[in-house]
Amino acid sequence: MVSAAGRPAQPRVTADRELCIGAAQCAFAAPAVFDQDDDGYVVVLDGDPGSGEWEAAQEAADLCPAQAILLADGADGADGADGMVGMDAG
Amino acid sequence: MEITAQRGLSGAPPFPQPRTCPYQPPETYRRLGEEAPLSRVTLFDGRVVWLVTGYHEARQLLADERISADRQRPDYPALAPRFQAEVARRLVLIGMDPPEHDEHRRLLNPDFSRRRVAELRPVIQDVVDHYVDRMLRLGPPADLVRDFALPVPSRVISEVLGLPGEDLEFFQEASRRLLQATTREDSQSAGEELIGYLDRLATRRRTESGPGLIGRLAREEVAGGTLSHSDLVQIALVILVAGHETTASTIALGTLALLDHPEQLARMQADPAAVPAAVEEVLRCVAVTDLAGARVATADIQIAGRTIREGDGVLLSGTMANRDDRVHQDAEDFDIGRTGRRHLSFGYGIHQCLGQSLARLELEIAFSTLFTRIPNLRLAVPADQLAARPLGSGTVQGVQEMPVTW
Repeated sequence: MVSAAGRPAQPRVTADRELCIGAAQCAFAAPAVFDQDDDGYVVVLDGDPGSGEWEAAQEAADLCPAQAILLADGADGADGADGMVGMDAG
Repeated sequence: MEITAQRGLSGAPPFPQPRTCPYQPPETYRRLGEEAPLSRVTLFDGRVVWLVTGYHEARQLLADERISADRQRPDYPALAPRFQAEVARRLVLIGMDPPEHDEHRRLLNPDFSRRRVAELRPVIQDVVDHYVDRMLRLGPPADLVRDFALPVPSRVISEVLGLPGEDLEFFQEASRRLLQATTREDSQSAGEELIGYLDRLATRRRTESGPGLIGRLAREEVAGGTLSHSDLVQIALVILVAGHETTASTIALGTLALLDHPEQLARMQADPAAVPAAVEEVLRCVAVTDLAGARVATADIQIAGRTIREGDGVLLSGTMANRDDRVHQDAEDFDIGRTGRRHLSFGYGIHQCLGQSLARLELEIAFSTLFTRIPNLRLAVPADQLAARPLGSGTVQGVQEMPVTW
């Protein structure tokens, strides 16, 4: 569904657009990982950010007021990623 | 412990209380915050409610579905007499729960996205330049509230909503009366004036072309049957009032905080890239709404060893959560070098501020322009002579005027 060339099938960063309220905290905290679409809702630009962006992605997940961002930290796998959307800006 | 919480009238200090300094909490709030993350306080009408001062507890409750923001509920806590006015009880967005809240927010999110807000940068810069030019032409001295902090966000929100420029003074004055009223009647009459004004404008915009959000919603949503005319008027009212009063107070109190900390101000003036972080520290420190939310519990909730009962009023203190030393190192220090943005000045949960990207950009441009163009700006009176808003009007913070010179 979401895998692009060279990326793992299960992205480490996912966002639930149904929960998103368009606060833009994520795009502000981690602009290389998140953006907003024209309607103001979250789009994940990079589902597998490098270590340099991981901290910013964690800050985004922490600050999201709707708790719409899910980060999978390695060993646990991307549990709960079913039903998540928003890999590539459409 | 439970019994004490139920009964503890004598141990429940009055709320709200006046700040010691316009951007610092009263000593009582600090004491409550040090004792426990949840306390009991007494409102003007004698009702005892919870005051949540812990950052984690406030966030957890603001995201809890068993907490309602519905101001029409009879058990919704009134913070001041003006909260009992009819205009304050049916409040779209801020004072409603899902699903109505979500439907309205969905209509508005596109207009407040980061991209749309970024397109407003030249407009905001023009507005800020205009008022700084005017201050420099007419002063010194100047009243920073009347001459800068209030007109800048008023003009910007006029642009966003599409209000005629000549109506600026009318809605500034009516909004001030709405929010600073100490009686239910004064708040109601100011609210009715604003509603009447926006009602006529929204009706006109349905058939005529006109810029801004009111015109777009009138022609696309009201004409198409997806939004009622009265809800459009309510939405316009909430955005108009919330969109300029809070930003105006943050500009004024943020300027005061920066002037009180010259070494921090110098850091900001030396490095334009430091301004966004300075804005976040101003937001954390001044917390102009004081509360990150006022709610009512719709079920029993266990939190931090206490039980919030169904029907209890719950006030979430942004001012104190922003100073929670479990989250903020040296929380009492005003430090523009902080990172993390973990403040609740825009609230948390589904009601988190719709206009926060706009507010951030306005504050960034306002502070950077003001202190670049007038680098030696200073207060013209001692800080302790600045008059705060009337305590009987609720929790929104601000100063009535702020004489400055340079």
